[in-house]
Amino acid sequence: MFDIERYYQATDIQDAVAALCADPKAMVIAGGSDVLVEIREGKLAGVSLVSLQGLAELKGIRLEEDGTLLIRPMTTFAELTADPLIRQRIPMLAHAADQVGGPQIRHVGTLGGNLCNGVTSADTASTLFTFNAMLEVTGPAADWGGKGDPGDVLLAKKQIPIAEFYQGPGKVALGTGEILTGLRIASEDYKGYHGHYIKYAMRNAMDIATLGCAVNCRFDAACGHLEDLKLAFGVAGPVPMRCPETEAALKGMAVGQALNQIGARAAAEVKPRDSWRASKAFRLQLVRELSRRALQQALDFARQEGGAAHA
Amino acid sequence: MGVGASIPRVDAFEKVTGRAKYTEDLMPGNALTGMILHSTIANGLVRSLDVSEALKLPGVERIVTCFDVPDIMFPTAGHPWSVEPSHQDVADRKLLNQRVRYYGDDIAAVIAQDEVTASRALKLIKVAYEEYPPLLTMEAALAPGARPIHEECPGNILKQVTYQLGDFEEALREPGLRLIEGQYETPAVQHCHLEKPMSFAYMENGRIVVVSSTQIPHIVRRVIGQALGIPWGKVRVIKPYIGGGFGNKQEVLYEPLNAYLTTLVGGRCVKLDISREETFVSTRTRHGMQFHLKSAVRPDGRMVARQIEVYSNQGGYASHGHAIVSNSVNTFRQLYQAEKATATKSCTVYTNLPSGGAMRGYGVPQIIFALESHMQDIAEAMGLDPIAFREMNAMKAGFVDPLNGITCHSTGLAECIAKGRAYIGWDEKRKSYMNQTGPLRRGVGMAIFSYKTGVYPIALETASCRLVLNQDGTAQLQMGATEIGQGADTIFAQMAAETTGLRQEDIHVISTQDTDVTPFDPGAYASRQTYVSGMALKETAQLFRQRLLDEAARRLGIKAKAMDIKDSQIMEIRSGKFLISLADLAALAFYSLDKTQHITAEATHHCKDNTFSFGACFAEVEVDIPLGKVKIMDIINVHDSGRLINPQTAQAQIHGGMSMGLGYALSEQLLFDGQGKTLNGNFLDYKVPTCLDTPELAVDFVETEDPTGPYGNKSLGEPPAIPGAPAIRNAVLHATGVAFDRIPITPQRMIEKFKDAGLLEGV
Ligand SMILES: Cc1cc2nc3c(=O)[nH]c(=O)nc-3n(C[C@H](O)[C@H](O)[C@H](O)COP(=O)(O)OP(=O)(O)OC[C@H]3O[C@@H](n4cnc5c(N)ncnc54)[C@H](O)[C@@H]3O)c2cc1C
Repeated sequence: MFDIERYYQATDIQDAVAALCADPKAMVIAGGSDVLVEIREGKLAGVSLVSLQGLAELKGIRLEEDGTLLIRPMTTFAELTADPLIRQRIPMLAHAADQVGGPQIRHVGTLGGNLCNGVTSADTASTLFTFNAMLEVTGPAADWGGKGDPGDVLLAKKQIPIAEFYQGPGKVALGTGEILTGLRIASEDYKGYHGHYIKYAMRNAMDIATLGCAVNCRFDAACGHLEDLKLAFGVAGPVPMRCPETEAALKGMAVGQALNQIGARAAAEVKPRDSWRASKAFRLQLVRELSRRALQQALDFARQEGGAAHA
Repeated sequence: MGVGASIPRVDAFEKVTGRAKYTEDLMPGNALTGMILHSTIANGLVRSLDVSEALKLPGVERIVTCFDVPDIMFPTAGHPWSVEPSHQDVADRKLLNQRVRYYGDDIAAVIAQDEVTASRALKLIKVAYEEYPPLLTMEAALAPGARPIHEECPGNILKQVTYQLGDFEEALREPGLRLIEGQYETPAVQHCHLEKPMSFAYMENGRIVVVSSTQIPHIVRRVIGQALGIPWGKVRVIKPYIGGGFGNKQEVLYEPLNAYLTTLVGGRCVKLDISREETFVSTRTRHGMQFHLKSAVRPDGRMVARQIEVYSNQGGYASHGHAIVSNSVNTFRQLYQAEKATATKSCTVYTNLPSGGAMRGYGVPQIIFALESHMQDIAEAMGLDPIAFREMNAMKAGFVDPLNGITCHSTGLAECIAKGRAYIGWDEKRKSYMNQTGPLRRGVGMAIFSYKTGVYPIALETASCRLVLNQDGTAQLQMGATEIGQGADTIFAQMAAETTGLRQEDIHVISTQDTDVTPFDPGAYASRQTYVSGMALKETAQLFRQRLLDEAARRLGIKAKAMDIKDSQIMEIRSGKFLISLADLAALAFYSLDKTQHITAEATHHCKDNTFSFGACFAEVEVDIPLGKVKIMDIINVHDSGRLINPQTAQAQIHGGMSMGLGYALSEQLLFDGQGKTLNGNFLDYKVPTCLDTPELAVDFVETEDPTGPYGNKSLGEPPAIPGAPAIRNAVLHATGVAFDRIPITPQRMIEKFKDAGLLEGV
């Protein structure tokens, strides 16, 4: 039995925003795989919920005219992994989503929930950092001002880069009444890139990452040099993070040299902490080793395709 | 089909289809919910509890605190009661305790209409404590001046035992001996049975009925009587199907509190469905232990003198107490024997941590980790062949324990080792994996063990059984021994068929134990039931068979001795001729107009024997050095458990034990913060291996015929969990040259030690 004060099933985005405005303490429930756990633990006991389940507008994946990939937030991990567009264009995300928990949780948990919970270990987050994902947030329009019947709420949309969305552990850039309604990856951020995400955890399933490492690169035609590199980590800091200095230093480098340098450079840039789950020294060792292995894997992928990257 | 056949489990269909009823399935819909308030300090006193706000909450029926419960201290260990006070279990807790002894101690309980109300009420109770510094390590608890955790135990030593066989110091004087020492440490771990301990209780005719997920219904009845200060006969305990116990339910957990709660609400049904988090913290754990071993060895490998010093971390309450580390020391003395001297010291220490209790292997996984690591270390240090060295010193047939007389009536240890060695490819891999370089390195390791069967002569061994004939010639088999997921019901049915001559499908096992009607048996523990309860069953079955034959003799006018029962039919022995079916015989016995006879049999077996089972584990690992990961490439357990009653369920039992061994070796441990609060009491942070962490588990047997077992059988329940951890540790040693003397061998520990060993350089 869960200690839930009130449960409201929204009928569409407008209705969800209205319900959240009417009860500013209420929170969104998507798949519930974080929310229900926290209610049971007592952290969220007595909460009121607004459910996004079944809202067709929040489901699905498509390609926009300019080649931008649009993913709606209620897409589950299993749907992400199985989706032909994702598999073709950004297989790295299909793989990352497949690292989550186990089969049951991957059919329940959503991409939106994975980002909106604001945790550093979220398995899709570091990969999405390397794709410069843009988040579409829908909420009450500023000029609505909260006056009148919440049912008449005017909606406004804004676009937030993923790196700005994360504001601190468990804290994301969502104000009262705001929900995540979409995630976009522009074609220049995926075309020509090869990448790989490595989840390092204590178990091979049903575990959260001790460290997550995402490498996304563009190589030259001969796969001899790195034209571009994006490197992101989960659990190497309070929120998922990129390593801009390492990226800048390795850009243009011969791959052999890059493989030699990436570990030490990344380790100098990240800020993991000591916790009872893992020491800082241990996480730094993982940063060194995993960044190199992920880069190597990205290179192997690129070579397998003979340099023909994401179409 | 009788003994030796791999028949499907008699409860398989019910369990797989979800029809089998477990405690939770039986809870009445209108049961009140009990919930426990746990302390948020590890050491101290409850000064006051203010329940006034909580009582105002609609739906709260009753709140009881540590100030209200009967002033009775009671024991909780699932041991048979002893009529000698000196052998009785330590009684060191009340139903709720004002003196707080670990973080999570039970200090109050709420009874409410439902869970949400109860959990809200718990939050409204205000507690004032007097706090003492938490004593979280054995060192801290043993330090001079440390405050006693139990007043009656001033130095925090629950019990300490030292003894010597021979003279250790004298034995060391022999010239040419190599003295090798090692220190080893094992963690506190949890059983992680699928079904939580749970119960519900109500009153009927002035008696308390408790339905509980327990391994030991008769002991639970006794302890409820003791804890509440009421006659034991006023209590009735019912045990339905249970989803695993592994020793945690060889303990009287919350049944006495549950029984007490129902008395507070006029006998209305109260359920106590504790959470997984509470299970981790407030039930029992496997004791963490620290070992210091010393061995004096001749150059040829013969062990001349051996010494063990072991400290066992008891946590806040005595539970099974020193019995567990005693079993560790017994195994130390039994598996290998020194030629001249064995010196032992064991000490069980109270600390402000969750309490250690019984867990599969009962102290033996701990000592076997230490001992088999030590044996490997000795072999490496002296350049001895690790297997030959073990075999030279290991227990042989005919061994009689000098202290308790337990005798090695049969052993297949050497054959177990031979099979495991061949399977893993020991001889070539020991060589080919030498001098590896690079990030991925392989190794093979092994370990052996011995394990007794039941608890005689350390404690009472008694069991009883009943067979009842039905009007159609089939029979109910009623055991005091309990099915806890291990397959007991199935092998009991096989044994009964074997000895009575009834077809196995004509034996209906009553799986539920109900202390009002079930014959007496202390329950499932010590790998005893196939052996001890099996003897009671065999005697009962013989009696039953004899009664059937006598009945046939009366009806047919043929001597009972001239007849036999096969496939539920009475046959003439000499001619092999069919005489009468049991169905027809039963019809006559129940309905004949001249003389009717209700046929039953019941027997008690007071077991005064014991025997050793053996086995070996061989493992091959691949270590990813820069990532601190161990991959089990292959692993086999080979067991001598005497004759197998059901080879397939025996194999399943071994799979489960091996999986426990993997977790013990590599990932499982309970962690606490500086205040004694459990950090990882949930399945996310407590790392039980998943199916993706588990390799194919190979199993093989060496079937000896033990002369003391009812069907040639010996213990099998616990042994599978014993040898895995040291075998894996020794394989990692072989692969990397790094010895891990502390389990679990976690990635972080590996990275730290690999770094110290210089293995990470250049990566
Ligand atoms: C057994 C188990 C295993 C797990 N394993 C992993 C794992 O391996 N890796 C991993 O990353 N996570 C794991 N998780 C965590 C969880 O499944 C994921 O974080 C998942 O993505 C959460 O999605 P959800 O739809 O269930 O979110 P919910 O629980 O419904 O919501 C999570 C948070 O996001 C908010 N939210 C959700 N959708 C929106 C939206 N559209 N707009 C605004 N706010 C929103 C909610 O208010 C809440 O704060 C696991 C969880 C469980 C129970």
